[in-house]
Amino acid sequence: MILSQFIFVPLAAAFLIALIARKKENFAAVICMIASLWLFVNSIIAFFRLPEFGGMIMKTTSGWKIPFTIPFVLDNLSAFMLIIISLIGVISAFYALQYIKHFTGKWNFFSLFMLMFTGMNGVVLTGDFFNLYVFMEISLISAYSLVAFGTESEELEAAFKYATMGAITSTMILFGIGILYSFTSTLNMAQVGEIVQQSANKKVIFLVFGLFITGFGLKAALVPFHAWLPDAHPSAPAPISAMLSGVLIKTLGVYTIVRVFFNVFGAPQVVLTILMLLAVLSIVIGGFLSIVQWDFKRMLGFSSVSQIGYVVLGFAIGTPLGILGGVLHLFYHSIFKSLLFLNSGAVEYATGERDIRKLGGLSKDLPITSSTTMVGTLSISGIPPFNGFFSKLIIIIACFQAGNPILGFIAAAVSIVTLAYYLKVQKHAFYGKKKAKQILEKVPFTLKAAMIILAVLCLATSIILIPSIREATVQPIVDTVVNKTQYIDKIIPYLGSI
Amino acid sequence: MHNRYPNEGMSLIVKTITRFTVWLIFLFGLYIFLHGHLTPGGGFAGGVIIALSYVHLTLAYGRNYVNDVLKKSTMHSLEALASLLAVLVGIIGLYAMGHFLQNFMGVGQLHHLLSAGYIPVMNMLICVKVGMGLYLVFYYLASYHLEEGK
Repeated sequence: MILSQFIFVPLAAAFLIALIARKKENFAAVICMIASLWLFVNSIIAFFRLPEFGGMIMKTTSGWKIPFTIPFVLDNLSAFMLIIISLIGVISAFYALQYIKHFTGKWNFFSLFMLMFTGMNGVVLTGDFFNLYVFMEISLISAYSLVAFGTESEELEAAFKYATMGAITSTMILFGIGILYSFTSTLNMAQVGEIVQQSANKKVIFLVFGLFITGFGLKAALVPFHAWLPDAHPSAPAPISAMLSGVLIKTLGVYTIVRVFFNVFGAPQVVLTILMLLAVLSIVIGGFLSIVQWDFKRMLGFSSVSQIGYVVLGFAIGTPLGILGGVLHLFYHSIFKSLLFLNSGAVEYATGERDIRKLGGLSKDLPITSSTTMVGTLSISGIPPFNGFFSKLIIIIACFQAGNPILGFIAAAVSIVTLAYYLKVQKHAFYGKKKAKQILEKVPFTLKAAMIILAVLCLATSIILIPSIREATVQPIVDTVVNKTQYIDKIIPYLGSI
Repeated sequence: MHNRYPNEGMSLIVKTITRFTVWLIFLFGLYIFLHGHLTPGGGFAGGVIIALSYVHLTLAYGRNYVNDVLKKSTMHSLEALASLLAVLVGIIGLYAMGHFLQNFMGVGQLHHLLSAGYIPVMNMLICVKVGMGLYLVFYYLASYHLEEGK
């Protein structure tokens, strides 16, 4: 199993697009599609072949031994994240084929898209703190540029805001990594974990916790670090919004939080309590701020804040059931939130309008967009048998089981609020009184196909909950997170000298 | 090289001095990246200095003259090609030696110019990438004018 392909295939694709597709723009789309499909197929192969290798594959770069080189580590959690990234990536790329035909400089879009892919795959695979920072910056800088891709003034403003806040928190993360390096004299995650857990006097680690919670919390858009998201995500072109909300905040935010705090630092209770507090704040504030929005995409942005709260809450409860809920909600949210962003993109493509008050009765004109939006609405609000129901139910049950009934009530109550603001979209945009002459352009084929695939997945992925399938797919991921020292124990034997 | 835009850029004194200094800066950039594996410096630092030599030329002679020296599209292509080749070097290491970015060339003798395996090759590619990329950033920042209030 070649792990570095997840890095070099999108990286080479990005540069190949920049080299040859500047004159022939159709090549850009072709190269992007081939690379995304390649990554998707290989991530699935990697996930299902992982048990052959004992649940973890470790490959070093340059053939040196750790800690003198950067290791790429594929365990169940990483493989799962790779699947999510490439699944949403390939669907967004397919959607973008026709969506971005009105933009100029299409090759820029696909090149940056591939660079963002590289960064996210790198974050998921790397086993080295500094390398984590580097890959995080690769994907973030591509994301800043992609948010500003339309080059309208509000898009530039959103990108600037995102870049400023992102840069400040990236510096915090780098500062935290520097402190860790001075404390442990290594950058290898497993070795850092081992040294920190064995050391007697580790007060300085709490400073690192603070820096990392702020840094990764901003990438995950947890309240109170969420202010960039409702500007940045709606400003990007729809396929990028789907990538940002569906995958980027989870890879750079939730995945890194889980990997660093659970696998490296062994999930200290103080961090779990802080995360739980931030998660509940996100759920409630994100939910209530969504209600008052009239801009379709902005509402989806606030909804992402609320939903990422559910994911983090699941992990922060810390019980196996809570983590199962978190893992499932992470996967399901990436599907239905991407679907809803693609829907909003289709509505904007067809009508040129994002304000739902100016729309009405679209269900007749845009039947596929309307019905897939309904699927997305039902999934995100947690209506059975759609996937969102199961993940939210597990998180709520986990809250009660862990002796936190108040959190369970809040999570359940905000779920109703979620239904309320999505029904507002349905009422104003898709049903209700039809406005005259609102359809400017037909929704093209690739947009429809991408939305249908995601809508089917909203229903189909519910089968993961069937016990036999769950044992084979999600359970190993939960075990990776629950067995906090497993990650360290498996990598430490590879340590060597030059 | 014949200057088709004699009226652009700065005064004759600046242009004359630039004719002497720009080569020194360029050569210094070449030195930094060629000795990257032996002395402090390397591809990135060398690339920045090479970009600065072009910036120097632009300030003295104007954008259009530099475009005659090295076309903007050529710079784009060189930049993309250099980064693509850098990835390819990594892939060759993977298939020839078994690990991504593993050295597949002879390491040579310490303190010799041709030593340190693929490091000088990578330095060269990174130098081209950074040099062209940084100059293009400067070029685009210099050529766009935003109107007030937009």
